[in-house]
Amino acid sequence: MKLSKQEYDQMNKQASPKSKLLPDCLWAFFVGGAICLLGEVLRTLYGRWGFALTDAAALTSATLVALSAVLTALGWYHKLATKAGAGTLVPITGFANAVVSPAIEFRVEGLVTGVGAKMFVIAGPVIVWGMMASVIWGVIYYFIRPLMGG
Amino acid sequence: MQMQNKKGDTLFFRTPPSVLGYAAVGGKKESEGPLADGFDVLDTDTTFGEKTWEQSESRMQAICAETALKKSGVTPKELDCLFAGDLENQCTASNYTMRDLPVPFVGLYNACATMAEGLGLAAAFIAGGLAQRTMALASSHFCAAERQYRFPLEYGGKRTPTSQWTATASGGVVLGSVGGPPYVKAVTFGRVIDYGIKDINNMGAAMAPAAAHTLLTFLKDSGRQPEEFDRIFTGDLGAVGSTLLEEICEKEGVKLTNHSDCGLLLYDREQQQVDAGGSGVGCSASVLCSHILPQLKSGKLREVLFIATGALMSPTTFMQKESIPGIAHLVLLGSGK
Repeated sequence: MKLSKQEYDQMNKQASPKSKLLPDCLWAFFVGGAICLLGEVLRTLYGRWGFALTDAAALTSATLVALSAVLTALGWYHKLATKAGAGTLVPITGFANAVVSPAIEFRVEGLVTGVGAKMFVIAGPVIVWGMMASVIWGVIYYFIRPLMGG
Repeated sequence: MQMQNKKGDTLFFRTPPSVLGYAAVGGKKESEGPLADGFDVLDTDTTFGEKTWEQSESRMQAICAETALKKSGVTPKELDCLFAGDLENQCTASNYTMRDLPVPFVGLYNACATMAEGLGLAAAFIAGGLAQRTMALASSHFCAAERQYRFPLEYGGKRTPTSQWTATASGGVVLGSVGGPPYVKAVTFGRVIDYGIKDINNMGAAMAPAAAHTLLTFLKDSGRQPEEFDRIFTGDLGAVGSTLLEEICEKEGVKLTNHSDCGLLLYDREQQQVDAGGSGVGCSASVLCSHILPQLKSGKLREVLFIATGALMSPTTFMQKESIPGIAHLVLLGSGK
């Protein structure tokens, strides 16, 4: 064939449809926003029930994680995610989904080699590089804090 | 006695092997698709009564083999050789199916081109006088493929518009040296073609050059024109790959006006949310056995090209940022010799 790789690359770019940016952003904004709103409602409720602010925040996270785990197990979370994209990925519920879904999927390979080994296959990198980023920022913060008058 | 002619890369069979029988088996999504009526067995919970997705795929393949043999009136003992392949690591779906089928077994892997590869080999064995009855069998299972190639089923990921849906389906074809139509008249085994596509969610684009290369090779070897065939079926380029195939052919001076893609036939793209269309070994295999062969048998189609295409990467090579090599094998099928 006479076709060159560069030519084909151009043809492919033209033939491949792009994701629809505006609807994707709107879905992500409203679903993500709704999850955060739910978090806010929960935090206010926990506050009203007499929990201190830090406890109310921790309970809110725990409730959202539990809710996401249940919805993942019921097979509903990924259905919402196919539309919501980053809206369901970014909040803490997305992290819970990323841990629970491989745990369910690899259950058939056993509790240790399946669930145990594969549970963090998606969330693992987030933990590793998230921790690394917080350590680096901690060191930077240590040095700049006096300059900031802290 | 020479049983076939080889010209270029194409094997022309002087005494074309006969398709004695065939079967297509599918899952839930396939049962909701436009070709559902052509399937022999459809399992609407997609587990086929098994505990793991890998076992489900084997069960599905076994059901397909049994049904195809029954429909062709051939017993396993009468088979000289069976060619089978699938998408699972180490081809285990086929290996475990063959545990219960006492037939000499050749395991194959050419990703989604496996059905044409198997059919081509099964026909060549008969045409070459090495066998009387052979079988080609292939399958893929959406759930088994996803957990191996992508993410867990319940993971909330977003699919890109160029991605394709792995079919939960199996197809099996029994061939014999003596029998009625349809016939396998020629085979072109393709070459590995890589145009540098790296996007695992755009496999149609990775395979289109291979499909074009094999088709152009066959047309050159046979001296025939595309419009001489009732239909040219590729599988499974999907929407993006189909457009690209037609564009490449046009650049090479060949206009395709009668091209259909198995990935676009198996599902209703708008209703079933499969983005660019279907894919997977079982896609072209089941479309062949539920849609193409029945029409050849009834005489509705007289002569068609079946070109199954495969993307030959693995999750490992993808993560190592390798490009995706493509392959396509062509089988010429006819209702007459």
